[in-house]
Amino acid sequence: MDIQAIRQDFPILKRQINNNPLIYFDNAATTQKPRQVIDAVSDYYENHNGNVHRAVHTLSLEATDFYEKSREKIAKFINAKESAELVFVRGTTEAINLVAYSWGLSNLRKGDEVLVSLMEHHSNIVPWEIISKLRDFTIKYANINADGTLDYDDFESKFSSKTKIACLSHVSNVTGIINDVKRIAKVAHDNGALMLVDGAQSVPHLPVNVQDLDMDFLAFSGHKMLGPTGIGALYGKMELLEKMGPFQGGGEMVKEVEFSQGKGCSIIWNDPPWKFEAGTPNIGGAVGLAEAVRYLEAIGMNEVISHEKELTKYAVERMQECSKVTIHGSLDLSKKCGIIPFSVKDLSSHDVALICDNYGIMIRSGYHCAQPLHQQILKLHSSDRASFYIYNTREEIDRFVEVLKEIEHL
Amino acid sequence: MATVEDYVARIEGTCGEEKDVIVVFKYDKKDEAIARILKKAQLKNTIAGIIFELTFQDASFRVYSNGKAIFRSIKNKQELNNLLANLLL
Repeated sequence: MDIQAIRQDFPILKRQINNNPLIYFDNAATTQKPRQVIDAVSDYYENHNGNVHRAVHTLSLEATDFYEKSREKIAKFINAKESAELVFVRGTTEAINLVAYSWGLSNLRKGDEVLVSLMEHHSNIVPWEIISKLRDFTIKYANINADGTLDYDDFESKFSSKTKIACLSHVSNVTGIINDVKRIAKVAHDNGALMLVDGAQSVPHLPVNVQDLDMDFLAFSGHKMLGPTGIGALYGKMELLEKMGPFQGGGEMVKEVEFSQGKGCSIIWNDPPWKFEAGTPNIGGAVGLAEAVRYLEAIGMNEVISHEKELTKYAVERMQECSKVTIHGSLDLSKKCGIIPFSVKDLSSHDVALICDNYGIMIRSGYHCAQPLHQQILKLHSSDRASFYIYNTREEIDRFVEVLKEIEHL
Repeated sequence: MATVEDYVARIEGTCGEEKDVIVVFKYDKKDEAIARILKKAQLKNTIAGIIFELTFQDASFRVYSNGKAIFRSIKNKQELNNLLANLLL
């Protein structure tokens, strides 16, 4: 993996921030975009823009071709059985909401249980809480160990014949810990439940094979894997998508809307995935995401994760030189992606992030949309987070540690 | 007549239990804003000329030379507006 060649593909990495070279360590929030993705989106709008599935003219046909080929590319990337199992959405949040509203409203009722872990991002908690108020089912929360790892015994013990779906992130957005979702999926299926996986932090960083892991639903975002914002995907097994009702109503998601005197309106839904894609979709975004997938495939996902693990190992070693820096969560690098949550003694997380910004280093501070994990498990008011991707280097980590050492003297 | 809005681009709440407030100054006015604040507030500490730890009217805050300030324990928007008006105008 030639990091310097990769860095040349990212125009933004040439920027100076506050008179310092940009060091971008907020990749768990969003990633930077390579020239290839930017060009693919520009090319689509400059040369092929039209509305999909709507007309017989050349541009509409070209746009449809681009859009559906993008779906095919992304579906293959996660090894879906067919491209129709991939629904385009705005991102992980919308994908989970789609399942909660479309599947949840029809299939969950009083007496049922939904199993969620305490390490989830708010986007895998709040939709289920909203639907539980409408359908009066129970949400059970599985515990997390003090080091931020999933308490598998607790998670598995909470399954019962009442459990209808288990919801778990593949990789924690706070600690970077990789969960054994295949193991949980098997337990879920043995108990007659479905398995929804939040793949926002795994699909961009690891090889993810939905058939091998036997996930029923997988949600992920394009912007966290070099793609544009506002595009993401929900993978669902075809037999489930076929049975689910639509999420939103409008054009594109219907085959027929027939109105007859006396009978009123009769509607026939479109087939998956279009049943779930009401209105004009984000065509340019889908094209950009497919190009991002091409870029990642050219590197190889095993190379991606191996680079991130190597950087994480190096960063942890170097950060441990700082006497006031505490790294949170498990340091078992065999089960961890390139995310390091940390705090600096006597300083608020926002102070640390602002000081780093002064030196051109972008890190995240706060709860990272995972308040239960911070408060219940890590016992923190908030934390800082450095997260790495394919374009980050050891030299950047050296500079980051130099700044942390300066911060210690505050 | 100058107003707080002449200097402030954005005010953002933070997440985390601290509930800090981050004030982002307008890029072309940041140097002037920082100079005015430094003239009025009491300097407690400075780090390499890029971070200024200050107090003013019982409020403690930090100003960063990149044009941001972080205020702590601010009760409401009105209190922050009054504080900024007294510091900047």
